Amino acid sequence: MSPTTYAGLVDLAAASLLLASVLVVWRRDVRAMVTVLAVQGLAVAALPVLEGLHGHEPSLFGIAGLMLALRAVAIPAILAHLVRDRPEARETRPLVNVSASLLVVALLTTVAYGVAQPLVALDPTPAVHAAPAALAVVLIAVFTMATRRRAMSQVIGFLMLDNGIVALAFLTTQGIPLVVELGASLDVLLAVVVLQVLVGRMRAATGGTDLDDLAELRD
Amino acid sequence: MGTTLLLAPLLAPLAAGALAAVLPWGRVVAATGVVAALVILASAIGLAAVAGSPAAGARVGWLHADALAVFMLLVIGVVATLATLAGIGYVQAELAAGHTTPGSVRWYGVLVQVFIAAMVTAVESRNLGITWVAIEATTVATAFLVGHRRTRAAMEATWKYVLICSVGIALALLGTVFLYLAALHAGATTTQALDLGWLTTHAGALDPGVTRMAMGLLLLGYGTKAGLVPFHTWLADAHSQAPAPVSALMSGVLLAVAFSILARIRVIADGAVGPGFLRVGLLVVGLLTLVVAAGLLVVQRDYKRMLAYSTMENMGLLALAAAAGTPLATTALLLHILGHGIGKSVLFLSSGQVQQAHGSTAIADVSAILTRRPLLGAVLAAGLAALIGLPPFSLFASELGIVRGLAERGLVLPLGIGLLLVLIAAAALVRHGIGLLLGSPQPDQPRIALPATVAIPLVVGVVLLVALGISVAPLQTLLTHAGAILAGPR
Repeated sequence: MSPTTYAGLVDLAAASLLLASVLVVWRRDVRAMVTVLAVQGLAVAALPVLEGLHGHEPSLFGIAGLMLALRAVAIPAILAHLVRDRPEARETRPLVNVSASLLVVALLTTVAYGVAQPLVALDPTPAVHAAPAALAVVLIAVFTMATRRRAMSQVIGFLMLDNGIVALAFLTTQGIPLVVELGASLDVLLAVVVLQVLVGRMRAATGGTDLDDLAELRD
Repeated sequence: MGTTLLLAPLLAPLAAGALAAVLPWGRVVAATGVVAALVILASAIGLAAVAGSPAAGARVGWLHADALAVFMLLVIGVVATLATLAGIGYVQAELAAGHTTPGSVRWYGVLVQVFIAAMVTAVESRNLGITWVAIEATTVATAFLVGHRRTRAAMEATWKYVLICSVGIALALLGTVFLYLAALHAGATTTQALDLGWLTTHAGALDPGVTRMAMGLLLLGYGTKAGLVPFHTWLADAHSQAPAPVSALMSGVLLAVAFSILARIRVIADGAVGPGFLRVGLLVVGLLTLVVAAGLLVVQRDYKRMLAYSTMENMGLLALAAAAGTPLATTALLLHILGHGIGKSVLFLSSGQVQQAHGSTAIADVSAILTRRPLLGAVLAAGLAALIGLPPFSLFASELGIVRGLAERGLVLPLGIGLLLVLIAAAALVRHGIGLLLGSPQPDQPRIALPATVAIPLVVGVVLLVALGISVAPLQTLLTHAGAILAGPR
């Protein structure tokens, strides 16, 4: 792969990541959000493939396969299963409306490019030049989690956050050590499994009640 | 010998957990859990002899036992012994009352041991990446322990706990990635880049801009697990819903383990970007934590949440001690971790008995414990007195040390504000404590059970607190060396 192609493809993957985050903020239909999340998982898994081809490190392909299976297939599948029998799967309680949210997203992206300057200055490779986009994904994810109230939207926000962090790791350091990557995968899996178990328990215990209606613990 | 002592604290709880998975909960499984905790304690005592100087200590692969790791192992060992022993009677009562099922209890037996093993890994690891995975594993292990009772409130607490701690720990991962990047550029190999020893000795070569980002994220991330502002909101919910022995383990050691990592990282930050950066961060976070904790203690109506906010208050105090960072302050910080761990375990375990009797955690529902169950009342009174920082308990000495450390560093204004908030918190604890302990017993109040397996750890805990308050001589060498690691190179 020529350096130009490599740089172009890395930019494409990073741009897809960012675009997916914007779409998640834009759409209020949870099912559409899950689809977008799967696409974002695909873009994250593309990064180790590109790094592997560029740096001639075949070991990265294994990691890419793992990430593809988890982030683009398994987790979106579990989430899709959870929302399938719930026609009312829309984010009904965003704290900030969509147009204002999109403005904030634009602002956060600008901030990300400013904040990431030390990274770019330290190591001005094509991959690191794309890192601010991944940092923007992280900021947008935190914003999403803070302003969305439904359990499902929050989990999607968390998965975006994790996608952003893993993408940053690949863009800046050609990947963190494998144990850490495995730990990060375990963490996202945990969040989704806990969500699934709790939703199941809630349905078994109370019939129709949703996790979102729980608000007993407060001071 | 060092290798065995280093591996035993890790393998013992894993073996006990495996046994709990195979056999149903009963005397054998419960006793094995206690033995595993005692193995951790014994190994820590054995390792203390090896960790004579800060540089020395046993080491195998990415595991190490410098003085700080040994001290934290000691804290884990003590609190785990108290909690697993008291867990026997607690689980029995939960089963008898129908709050849980034999199937859930089997999970409880497994997850508690996995939780303890994860904390041991976090403490013994010299690789920040593996430490991160271990801390994250504690969330995985405790998620379903928090929701053990399966009530609506327990499910809500589980959800908040998993979500907030996952976000926090994800931020710590981002910080770890940035630190890794800075280390690679400073000339580290991929295996050295997250090694605590390498990072500490080469801190000066790390890129300041990237390290600053890394440190801010690590403070937020590990601060989440340590119950520090701004991601502290999971703490009171999880602590009030979890089974009492799990609350004891979380409050007594998990938060302290997360904090000890933060304190270690501070040394690297000081070398890379100067001591001012994290000092300001820790002071701000510590004081805000104290503000939130003191405020919510005053208005608190639930005794388990009260204990949780008191834990937050103590974590805020630890943050101030770490900000001072003098050897005196860091030694006091460690002694405070031990004293608070024991004291808070005693209180959570006692509160578990009260909760089982009353079926409620409202302060207003409970009174006259001192006359209804004098031993339990006395233990509660002693535990509260210890937390307030009264002599003869060891927290008196450690709080005094933290105050002197802050004064030594010239942080007079934070010290003044901190002391005021600690006093407010203490007054609130006294007021609530009087409500729980005194009053005249009513005929319709339920009987509070106190089986021997719970009574023994409670009394042992109080005796330990007094003993440590009278003299820390047996621990002095270990404390001094561990404190020196946290104070950093002079």
